[in-house]
Amino acid sequence: MKDLLFAGALAALLTVAGLSSPALAGSGDVVVAGAWARASIGVKRPGAAYMTIRNTGEEPVTLTGLATPLAMMPEIHESRTDAQGISSMTPAGRITIAPGDSVALEPGGLHAMLMGLQAPMTEGETFPLTLLFEDGGQTIVEVPILGIAARGPGD
Amino acid sequence: MRRRAFLGYGAAGLGALSLTLAVGWWRVDGPGAPDAAGLRPMALSAMDFRLTDHEGNSVGPKSLIGRPTMVFFGFTYCPDVCPTTLSDISGWLDELGPDGDEWNVVLITVDPARDTVRAMADYLGYFHPAIRGWTGPEPQIARAAAGFRATYERVPTENGDYTMNHTSGVFLFDAEGLFVTMIDYHEPREFAIPKIRRAMKKEAKAAS
Repeated sequence: MKDLLFAGALAALLTVAGLSSPALAGSGDVVVAGAWARASIGVKRPGAAYMTIRNTGEEPVTLTGLATPLAMMPEIHESRTDAQGISSMTPAGRITIAPGDSVALEPGGLHAMLMGLQAPMTEGETFPLTLLFEDGGQTIVEVPILGIAARGPGD
Repeated sequence: MRRRAFLGYGAAGLGALSLTLAVGWWRVDGPGAPDAAGLRPMALSAMDFRLTDHEGNSVGPKSLIGRPTMVFFGFTYCPDVCPTTLSDISGWLDELGPDGDEWNVVLITVDPARDTVRAMADYLGYFHPAIRGWTGPEPQIARAAAGFRATYERVPTENGDYTMNHTSGVFLFDAEGLFVTMIDYHEPREFAIPKIRRAMKKEAKAAS
């Protein structure tokens, strides 16, 4: 069962990789794995999505923005917790990924913040999230929506 | 009439002054004095605030005494940190099994404008059923935060909305309402669970 799930995840991953524009040298070498999001209650609260973005190429790539039909204003944000234990959240701006490196969007750190939801995020469904790169390349990720209390892609 | 009102204000002023002095003593020299690690949360018995839980019951710090307690501050419009803390806590409670049933678990909102009793109930329905949500008038939230030495701040976002910066750790109290320790935001479970068990042991010792 686990293997089957893994095979499914791998197939999904390969599909995603296939969707990215292979003609571009920079962002064409971006591979996304382990994408997931939490379900929302209605549309008033912002949503969050997580994934690992790997640059398998030989040149740096810069993630400049996001697009999705699900949200009016999707943006990469970063949560930080300071020495006094106070958590805050700010837009992360552009993110450059060195060759061979990856950037993790994970709870408590970087995340795709989905503001202005156009529809509720329902557990069991997926939505497309487009990563926009500086070189004009795009990678479309189909993000599975897990439960509200999900902790990671395996939940 | 005027004079009576004046005297009344005078008495109220004197009352407020002595309260301020008493609170000042409590914080500087009394049991609320800061320890080496900074300001220590007050004992639950020394806190004073009144809120409403997500089922509409009137609650306060003294409602928590008698069982060990976890309290954390957050808000339901928080997309990342708060659901993560709630999931972490749900995971701890599952791992503690029957011991988990001994605990009071409370989320106090720092965003009462949006987190009405109804909003809290809708939200908490998706997490562990032991987790209670407390909300109420902002001044009462401020008093609660002051007792826990927690802070929060409203921060506007570029889309005209706002988010809240806030203390994100989980406060642990023993059954007598004395502060034991904190679990920092996203602290690994292998550290969190022993801290929780320690707070329960204190309870057992107090009971014997």
